[in-house]
Amino acid sequence: MSSLYGAVVAEHFRSPRNRGSFPAPDAASEGTNPLCGDRIRIELRIDKGRIAAARFRGEACMVAIAAASLLTGMLEGLPLAEAASLPDERLIAALETPLRPSRIGCAALAIQVLRAALAEAPR
Amino acid sequence: MRDVRGDFPLLSRRTEDGRPLIYLDSAATSQKPRVVLEAMQRFYEWSNANVRRGVHRLAEEATAALEDAREAVRRFVHARASEEIVFTRGTTESINLVAHGWAAPRLRPGDEIVVTELEHHSNLLPWQRVASKTGATLRIAPVSRRGEVDVEPLIGARTRLVAVSHVSNVLGAVLPLVRIAACARAHGAAVLVDAAQSAPHLPLDVGALGCDFLAFSGHKALGPTGIGILWGKPERLAETEPLLTGGGMVREVFADRATYLEPPWKLEAGTPPIAEAVGLRAAIEYLEAIGMDAVRAHDRRLAAHALSRLSAVRGVEVYGPPGAESRIALTSFSLRGAHPHDVAAFLDGQGICVRAGHHCAQPLARKLGIAGTVRASACLYTTAEEFDVLAEALDRARGEVAR
Repeated sequence: MSSLYGAVVAEHFRSPRNRGSFPAPDAASEGTNPLCGDRIRIELRIDKGRIAAARFRGEACMVAIAAASLLTGMLEGLPLAEAASLPDERLIAALETPLRPSRIGCAALAIQVLRAALAEAPR
Repeated sequence: MRDVRGDFPLLSRRTEDGRPLIYLDSAATSQKPRVVLEAMQRFYEWSNANVRRGVHRLAEEATAALEDAREAVRRFVHARASEEIVFTRGTTESINLVAHGWAAPRLRPGDEIVVTELEHHSNLLPWQRVASKTGATLRIAPVSRRGEVDVEPLIGARTRLVAVSHVSNVLGAVLPLVRIAACARAHGAAVLVDAAQSAPHLPLDVGALGCDFLAFSGHKALGPTGIGILWGKPERLAETEPLLTGGGMVREVFADRATYLEPPWKLEAGTPPIAEAVGLRAAIEYLEAIGMDAVRAHDRRLAAHALSRLSAVRGVEVYGPPGAESRIALTSFSLRGAHPHDVAAFLDGQGICVRAGHHCAQPLARKLGIAGTVRASACLYTTAEEFDVLAEALDRARGEVAR
């Protein structure tokens, strides 16, 4: 199961990292992809201005799930400002698969939800 | 039905690796037969001019071409007079014209508009707006997974309008319109039929349906984009106020006021889609030559074949009516453990064009409890073998995109 979107997406879709939630997250947000109605929620633990841990959940396509899995894996220990300025391109590149224009939004959903969560995070 | 594949230039396209391209997204837009493309080209190369008010030969030819197209549409929907046919940009504009030109000026607080849960957004959002503008109540008839709707219990003394699809763009279900319209009429309510999905598949007869308005798009019925139809009973069109004012729709204009022409012209301000009307006429004549009964028979056979092939694939659940009698060959399905967009992306890699998502009917997707479906939709050029290829590809998709 790797020919359609490549090995990275397939592997993260099959075994997503950081899937779940926290009992009392320090920051959280949820967003939908208007193309398909897919929904991703991201919850954060924050400690001294850095992301201590991240969890995600949601029903979404392979690209969006893999992106959320990869993104939450990049966050641990990252200062909040740095997390907020993570570019879409970095996450899209990490997926290691060429995406049609119509699917860029699937890859970007998690990072948009992250930014919304950080916008409301306590400093 | 004769083999029509050769009439559609696009259908000869192949994928990069030489496989025939399989187009199963005709519910979104149909492919166009060569006669439609040629008719439009001929118009632009030989008769192009603006319509009406011109006295030169080209203006007269263009005007005649537009009115000949109106007459072709009249035949197509079996209306009494061509003046009952209004050219719009598409089904969406046709429905909005009825919503804002006919319904909004006459609905009062407490009046009711009845729609169904399976409506395309274009037959829901205009009514939401009209309801909030007028204080009318929007009532929504529930739908089952098989596509059965229960509209009649919602129709009562306060119902002013019943707006329903002829065929669901998600479930492929053909709605029992004659029954619904009779019930509406008995309560003095008007009926609008969204025929966007039925126009290319079923014979249309506005008198037999018993409706007041009927809307459809040219581009789903082998014609070009940019043109749609609103048919209305003469008295209803007379009651309809134009949404647009300007050139072409006036009788007499003074600096401070104007009088309008009769319908349909008063509802067609501005230069109409003339070449598109010419193309639509060619599409209608093409369909007439084949015969809508033959088109329907072909579609019914395809629907039966698609249902049996798709439902035999492990993990596939097909939505909508289980039998071909009350549906068209538009099949929405899910593959267990797989997201519709991943299925569609996989199929695209196999040269199969399908659509995935909520298909502009979010309330229905919510009712079915799913994010969306994969939709494979046919037209008269679709073959049973194409559904065979789809079913075989779905069998492989399971290993690629399902959890």
